[in-house]
Amino acid sequence: MSKTKAEITAGILPDSIHHSAEKEAFQRLNVGLSRILKGLILPLIILAVWQAAGSLGIISENLLPVPTSIFQAFKELASTGELWNNLQISSIRAGAGFILGAGLGLLLGGVVGFSNKSEELMDPSFQMLRTIPHLAVAPLFILWFGFGELSKILLIAKGAFFPVYVNTFLGIRGVDSKLFDVARVLEFNKRKLFTKLILPAAMPNILLGIRLSLGIAWLGLVVAEMMGSSEGIGYMIMDARQFSNTEVVFAGIIIFAAAGKITDSLVRLLEAKLLKWRDHFKGEKGEI
Amino acid sequence: MSVSIRSVSKTFIKGRQEEVKALENINLEIKQGDFVTIIGPSGCGKSTLLKILAGLDRQYEGSVQIGGRPLHGPGIKQGFIFQEHRLFPWLNVEKNIAADLPLSDREVRKKVDDLLETVRLKGFEKAYPSELSGGMAQRTAIARALLREPDVLLLDEPFGALDAFTRTHLQDVLLTIWEKKRTTMILVTHDIDESIYLGNRILIMTQRPGTISRSIPVDLPYPRKKSELPFQQIRQKVMIELESAGLFSEKMVKG
Ligand SMILES: Nc1ncnc2c1ncn2[C@@H]1O[C@H](COP(=O)(O)OP(=O)(O)O)[C@@H](O)[C@H]1O
Ligand SMILES: [Mg+2]
Repeated sequence: MSKTKAEITAGILPDSIHHSAEKEAFQRLNVGLSRILKGLILPLIILAVWQAAGSLGIISENLLPVPTSIFQAFKELASTGELWNNLQISSIRAGAGFILGAGLGLLLGGVVGFSNKSEELMDPSFQMLRTIPHLAVAPLFILWFGFGELSKILLIAKGAFFPVYVNTFLGIRGVDSKLFDVARVLEFNKRKLFTKLILPAAMPNILLGIRLSLGIAWLGLVVAEMMGSSEGIGYMIMDARQFSNTEVVFAGIIIFAAAGKITDSLVRLLEAKLLKWRDHFKGEKGEI
Repeated sequence: MSVSIRSVSKTFIKGRQEEVKALENINLEIKQGDFVTIIGPSGCGKSTLLKILAGLDRQYEGSVQIGGRPLHGPGIKQGFIFQEHRLFPWLNVEKNIAADLPLSDREVRKKVDDLLETVRLKGFEKAYPSELSGGMAQRTAIARALLREPDVLLLDEPFGALDAFTRTHLQDVLLTIWEKKRTTMILVTHDIDESIYLGNRILIMTQRPGTISRSIPVDLPYPRKKSELPFQQIRQKVMIELESAGLFSEKMVKG
């Protein structure tokens, strides 16, 4: 029914869809806010109970410091500059490893996705390497590349590579063959085939790969820094543990969580921008 | 452009031994500016034939010539409208119409604007395919094909998925375009009324193996009135043909 209605109003109300889009955006914002508030209820209760239990001496301060003392530890770390220094070094490691791994993943996932020959040639090896855990290769990397930055960055890159590789491959293979026929009929050249069809069609998968890869880059960072390092958030945690500075351990964990969350949100922002067309689609599905 | 199809046959090989003869010995001469409609039951090879004419399927026997030249492959001169609109979901209406051509080019921009007028989509340039009704999406697809100024426009049950009102509207849009540009049109349908309303020649296709069994000329002036007697007389003629071929079924009339 809505079909014919839209047809009829086509000439009269050309921007009717934009109005409804605005309304929809407003409603979504509302829903978003109330969802955030609802999501906060449980953590707040937990924090309150935690603080109370600690203050009453029910839980040992050494095992589980109360939120206020963790906050205190934060303040101290920040004021001495130790926190920023460690955070900076960790970010650079994670960033470099991620860019190296994800970049290679995009490139090789693209190549293997494109050609059957390179798939047969390379994919089995990659799949084999994929299942090897970080902790198993870490000693080998140290042996080969020493305790320096290189082994750390490579370890992070190894983790970051696979999600992007696999998802880029899947994205390219998942392009609708019916749209390939369209591209043939419209005589797309090689470049247009890539920029107008393959890349946008694979984009949802690529972005998913990047999100997963970022998460794994942070994980790889922890392993790398705990393995042996004299700087970074991972080192900060290890060091604090030795001296039973449990508040600092918690502060480190919270920083990891926050950094992970922030980078994830950045990719989601990118997703919202690049996949605007899909967003619209979701809106319509909700209506039906 | 004229289209000439000589002894075209096509066999699909399914699995090891099984063969499906989709087309057998099709012979057809279509003149420049003709509007040919092809009607037949589903599975008789209509899509297979159109794909061959589009150059999308090149595994066949016989020969196909367009404008007197052998067909080499798919291209913009053989425009194709699929049953589903097949728009790029990540491009809005105007970018879908332009597709690989840059809208920043003044000439492309002007042509796109003119076409938006022709298919009556002004005001929806920026809408994404998911925001369009089926009819609007199909009109976008038609504009996309027309922008390339095809010599032949091949349409594979283009309005089959649309409701009756939208369908009539799009049939009229198509006739307007045809009268203006005199593009050779080959339209596949399973709707008898549609085949008479649009075509100046109706081809009846029969099944197993798929072949063209009859050609019925339609000499009525456009625009045609479905309720009037001459239209009904041709309708009857088509029905008799279909019945005598043992093809007629309730399903086909309903579409
Ligand atoms: N890719 C294919 N592989 C095998 N058989 C096919 C293929 N495409 C079509 N066929 C067969 O060819 C016949 C004609 O199909 P089609 O041209 O799609 O019919 P229509 O468009 O008239 O409904 C059918 O029997 C169908 O099963
Ligand atoms: Mg078909």
